[in-house]
Amino acid sequence: MNILVPVVSIIFSLLVMGIILLIFFQRSGMSWGQAFSETLSAYGEMFSWPFGNVYGIYQTLLKMVPLAFVGLGLSFAYRMKIWNIGGEGQLYMGAFAATWGALFLFNGIENKFLMITLILLMGAAFGALWAAIPAFMKAFAKTDEIVVTLMLNYVAIFWVDYLVYGPWKDPKGYNFPLTAEYPESAKLPTMFNGEVHVGIIMVIVLAVILQYVYSRTSWGFNSAIAGDNQKAAKYAGINIGFYTIVALLVSGAIGGMGGAVQMMGIQHRLQHGFSPGYGYTAIIIAWLAKLNPLAILLVSFLFGGLLVGNEQLQMFYRLPLALIYIFQGLVLFSLMGGEAIFNYRIRFVKERAVEE
Amino acid sequence: MNIDSSIITTTLQATIRAGTPLLFTVLGDIFTERSGVMNLGLEGLMLVGAISGFAVSYSTGNLFLAVIAAMIAGALLGAVHAFFTVTLRINQVVSGLAITMLGTGISGLWGKGYIGVVAAQFKTLEIPFLSKIPFIGSVLFSHDILVYISYLLVPLMWFYIYKTKPGMILRAVGESPAAADARGINVFMVRYFYTMLGGAITALGGAYLSLAYTSMWIENMTAGRGWIGIALVLFATWDPAKAMFGAYLFGGVTALGLRMQAAGTTISSHILMMFPYILTVAVLFFTSTEKIKLKVGAPAALGVPYSREEKT
Repeated sequence: MNILVPVVSIIFSLLVMGIILLIFFQRSGMSWGQAFSETLSAYGEMFSWPFGNVYGIYQTLLKMVPLAFVGLGLSFAYRMKIWNIGGEGQLYMGAFAATWGALFLFNGIENKFLMITLILLMGAAFGALWAAIPAFMKAFAKTDEIVVTLMLNYVAIFWVDYLVYGPWKDPKGYNFPLTAEYPESAKLPTMFNGEVHVGIIMVIVLAVILQYVYSRTSWGFNSAIAGDNQKAAKYAGINIGFYTIVALLVSGAIGGMGGAVQMMGIQHRLQHGFSPGYGYTAIIIAWLAKLNPLAILLVSFLFGGLLVGNEQLQMFYRLPLALIYIFQGLVLFSLMGGEAIFNYRIRFVKERAVEE
Repeated sequence: MNIDSSIITTTLQATIRAGTPLLFTVLGDIFTERSGVMNLGLEGLMLVGAISGFAVSYSTGNLFLAVIAAMIAGALLGAVHAFFTVTLRINQVVSGLAITMLGTGISGLWGKGYIGVVAAQFKTLEIPFLSKIPFIGSVLFSHDILVYISYLLVPLMWFYIYKTKPGMILRAVGESPAAADARGINVFMVRYFYTMLGGAITALGGAYLSLAYTSMWIENMTAGRGWIGIALVLFATWDPAKAMFGAYLFGGVTALGLRMQAAGTTISSHILMMFPYILTVAVLFFTSTEKIKLKVGAPAALGVPYSREEKT
């Protein structure tokens, strides 16, 4: 029952997207039969490469890392029903801070371990700083965090744009909006013949830590109570303001760390639009995984694969990247709609159960 | 006429042009939010309006049909939002985000065949006599017909919301749906209607972009205007007259940014672009207490799904 809605949502969304693709192919001049087989082969391509081929799986793992980082970060706030949708901005601020560290503040540090640790801390600090704005506003003035975190996403993106188009632009970069490359000491070590960086290990370790925190510590217990019932939490002596601030700060710190890892692992330089909306996809991932850290890893792997598969479709079927947004929107709607129906219409569930 | 004043004239003219898509968007969302439904899907609605208007203009050459098509598309997407937020009562923010994702995706896929093609466009229609007034004439009355419609829409909407009975019902539903329900008003119908109407007007803002402003289809051509629109609705405190002021203010920022880029100044347009978002955060912060919210006229039930079972 618990995983029924997420699984059905994904299958339903894939079906609807298949119909959209079918219409798209038919309208671009194919017969319905041709369009049908084209849709099937596109779907085959979309899944076989990212999940059924060793190089495709490497790519999927690479995409999974930022998604899982931000998804885990968001889950930390969502458990308290604090709707941080600023994952994208926190990711960008983390990437900004990492670049600041790698190219300017710590430039010249040769020790890889020291350099990477410092940059991770920078990323976490600036992610937390970015989340501190809505955190303090919420704790002290009851300002709604949703729109604030959303708006700060755009501020962060424009800030990075300002830097890469302006003062930080690489003079040797042929006028592209990107910074100079990180020094060697600021690049993450890799595994599998250099195909995958160690960020994947970091994010798995983080998920295990969070699983422990949620299930075995007083923080996990108290924050869950505060999320379920603020009044009960207050009577139990839980300081809601303090928990709100810490939840958002940690949430932002994890997202920021994700930005730093993405920079040190793959990008190796700050770049305009380096994220294809990881921060928004992570919202869906956190929901689908029901905020369970290990499930977030799994769902991130699935969505990472879908991103890779979508890129394949773009290359071989000349389909626009926009397809992934349709899919994400569909998943979000069917997930939320499905939950609403399951939660509020008990009779309806029984009827459906009989049908199925 | 000397050089300086003609630069001012053209900049102000560009301000109106850049402000018009924002104005439509904000006016549409004021209708929706006044009924108590928050819609963060403006960006998606605008994109769908832009592509459907452009596609119909391309295939029929009829601009009237193009505008109607854009508005119908916006109303349909608005109906989706209403279904999920009013009927299923899911989180309005999440639904709005999903609307933006869907709208971005659908417009990107649909628009793939329209990149680089030319379609019928709105042309400048100088209003007789009025456009001959020095300065004001060229700033205000040398535009296309959609701009004039937006001029008219502002006072009409203001009058409708504050001075007519349906306007009063709209405000009642946004303020206290339970009380409106007790008076026999169908809260669900009202919310559906204004979410669809708002979607249609917002989509018209998108169609203005593809049919008059840039005169072509570009993927993601709204470039964040939908989000600025959300900011402006707050800034305008749900008042159509203030919305006009806000839309032209940010239209002016855009026009000035372009002009400064052309002149090669050192202030980055990216820094300028942050301004509306920072302003929104500030407005949210200073209006977050209940007392101020009442004072500025925020719909009290904004963002709260209505359920007849749960009495508050």
